[in-house]
Amino acid sequence: MATETLTLGKALNTGLRRALETDPKVIIMGEDVGKLGGVFRITDGLQKDFGDQRVIDTPLAESGIIGTAVGLAIRGYRPVCEIQFDGFVYPAYDQIVSQVAKMHYRSGGRLSIPMVIRIPFGGGIGAVEHHSESPEAYFAHTAGLKVVTCSNPQDAYVMIQQAIASDDPIVFLEPKRRYWEKGQVDLDAPLSDAYPLHSARVVRPGTDVTLLAYGPMVRTCLEAATAAAEDGRELEVIDLRSLSPLDLAAAYESVKRTGRAVVVHEAPSNIGLGAELAARITEECFYSLESPVLRVTGFDTPYPAARVEEEYLPDLDRVLDAVDRTFGW
Amino acid sequence: MAKGDPGGTTRSRRAAPRSKKGAAGDPELVQLLTPEGERIDSATGPDGTEYRVDFTDEEYRGLYRDLVLVRKLDAEATALQRQGELGLWASLLGQEAAQVGSGRALRAQDMAFPTYREHGVLYCRGIDPIMPLGLFRGVDQGGWDPNEFKFNMYTIVIGAQTLHATGYAMGITMDGKVGTDDGEAAIAYFGDGATSQGDVNEAFVWASVFNAPLVFFCQNNQYAISEPLERQTRVPLYQRAAGFGFPGVRVDGNDVLASYAVTRTALDNARHGQGPSLIEAYTYRMGAHTTSDDPTRYRIASEVESWQAKDPIIRVRAFLEKQQIADATFFAEVDEQARRESVHLRERVLSMPDPEPVTMFDNVYPNGSPLLDEQRAQFNSYMESFEGSAH
Repeated sequence: MATETLTLGKALNTGLRRALETDPKVIIMGEDVGKLGGVFRITDGLQKDFGDQRVIDTPLAESGIIGTAVGLAIRGYRPVCEIQFDGFVYPAYDQIVSQVAKMHYRSGGRLSIPMVIRIPFGGGIGAVEHHSESPEAYFAHTAGLKVVTCSNPQDAYVMIQQAIASDDPIVFLEPKRRYWEKGQVDLDAPLSDAYPLHSARVVRPGTDVTLLAYGPMVRTCLEAATAAAEDGRELEVIDLRSLSPLDLAAAYESVKRTGRAVVVHEAPSNIGLGAELAARITEECFYSLESPVLRVTGFDTPYPAARVEEEYLPDLDRVLDAVDRTFGW
Repeated sequence: MAKGDPGGTTRSRRAAPRSKKGAAGDPELVQLLTPEGERIDSATGPDGTEYRVDFTDEEYRGLYRDLVLVRKLDAEATALQRQGELGLWASLLGQEAAQVGSGRALRAQDMAFPTYREHGVLYCRGIDPIMPLGLFRGVDQGGWDPNEFKFNMYTIVIGAQTLHATGYAMGITMDGKVGTDDGEAAIAYFGDGATSQGDVNEAFVWASVFNAPLVFFCQNNQYAISEPLERQTRVPLYQRAAGFGFPGVRVDGNDVLASYAVTRTALDNARHGQGPSLIEAYTYRMGAHTTSDDPTRYRIASEVESWQAKDPIIRVRAFLEKQQIADATFFAEVDEQARRESVHLRERVLSMPDPEPVTMFDNVYPNGSPLLDEQRAQFNSYMESFEGSAH
């Protein structure tokens, strides 16, 4: 097994490279993805090796990136679009929700738009406004789109390839604050053997409370679980990985065992993924629950100035506080 | 510089009154058939391109037949909406020449990206004219195969399809299908209102910098629902192309011959690697935007009358008669065919079955979704719970 230690960003880069090698119809397009290799260098070196017909620097217009990719997909290509930052996706929102998401449905299944829309998302890097948002609920709410996110280099490497290989249009959210974190990546395991793209995974087993998280918050929850273990509480941490569809079976199975659940995400709580999970778990696990499903989230404000983002973002203390509250009922 | 162009001069409200039509409405048309039915041998575009057509008598008669048929089918659809059989209809009345002219200029391998009004182009692509009626009746979302007919689905969001056409055209280049007579091209249809949309302007940028084999075909029918052209632009629309770096031409959109000629030339240029171009087909929507609006609220009768004198069908008929290309028997036969086909269309629309409700869950995702499967199952059992349910 050829495992290497890679950052999450490099794992994505390696996964994209594999996808370009595997399928000549895969193309990467976005702002600055070519010579620069993307502002986060996720496409570093790809244009050099695959040429500017496969890795395309686009004009600076997000709707154009997505809209032309729709046409390329109709033509038989598999575009992988990079949106430079979460807060810049909104000019493309119409194309994503009205065109990308609905094309298969509107055509009665005759057209597929096998597109991946990569978006670095979330905060924690001290950026200016529009560079730290968590827009996942907008996309997860849209029928016809699938939404996934990774939390570690191994998943980043595999999931980006799975997303590109899928005929479903997929919004692929990259936890930008975790780009530089390292982990072991098995580079040689065949994609066909990989863990399914739309399955959640228990990343730390436990018996007392289920923490449901995704993307950047998975590590926060793992740290919380480590801290809680010192107090004698065993927290189970589930990395949801897929936000649409949600792998609810995995959530139900865990919560029925633990009797308690806390959903953790950076996005604001109002009408967010946590609300959906809380409602579903309440419906399905009502008689197993020892307490209401709680949420630990960003606040219902625009993403704040960087100097206060540590207070905005869910951290270990807020997660542990919520865990404590689940024992208060 | 066009009349009324703001240029660089200092203006005040008093000093620079704009004509009622404004610069955007000045006609500088490529025309090969006058409203009186006189043939013009050739016409020159703003960049010096010469446009001419040379049809056989049979082809002339064919164009006339197309025009009459699409008008009749369109009228039938309008009637069906008025009788409650369609939820909505977007009539092409008045725009037949722009659509038939450009539609017949497409080669089999060219791909078209329409709005929701391109029934005439759809007809030219060989698609059963009942297809869009399913969409407007609400029994499906448009039932044809875009790849089989090289005619994409109707797009209702204004201008969104221009980007799809641009990407598709980029794909033509990437596939190496440019540069020869059997090369491919794409065409994007949109209206004057769409030129205000960001997507259309982004499509212009993309098509230009990637030299995409694409024709932007703008049917300037003078109104975006109720808003006149003056609310969209202060310069003639075809002139916008210059700012994006490709040629633009305004054609008499009520002249099927000129519409054909400029589109054929633009498509041939595109397929030979000369990049995109913009055609502004200067025409007029004789009816409402859709059956939901009332054009008497926003336009005056004399304007409509002036355009009636430019009718796209009358002038072809006058030409055919003058040149003795067609006789009364032919015109009667075309009318009878149109009547027959419209009756047939009506019968088929009335017998269109409603879809099975559970089919609403189909084709959301190519690979399906467990949540959707669950919802479908719940829906099915709910429907079955009704006494005497056929489900």
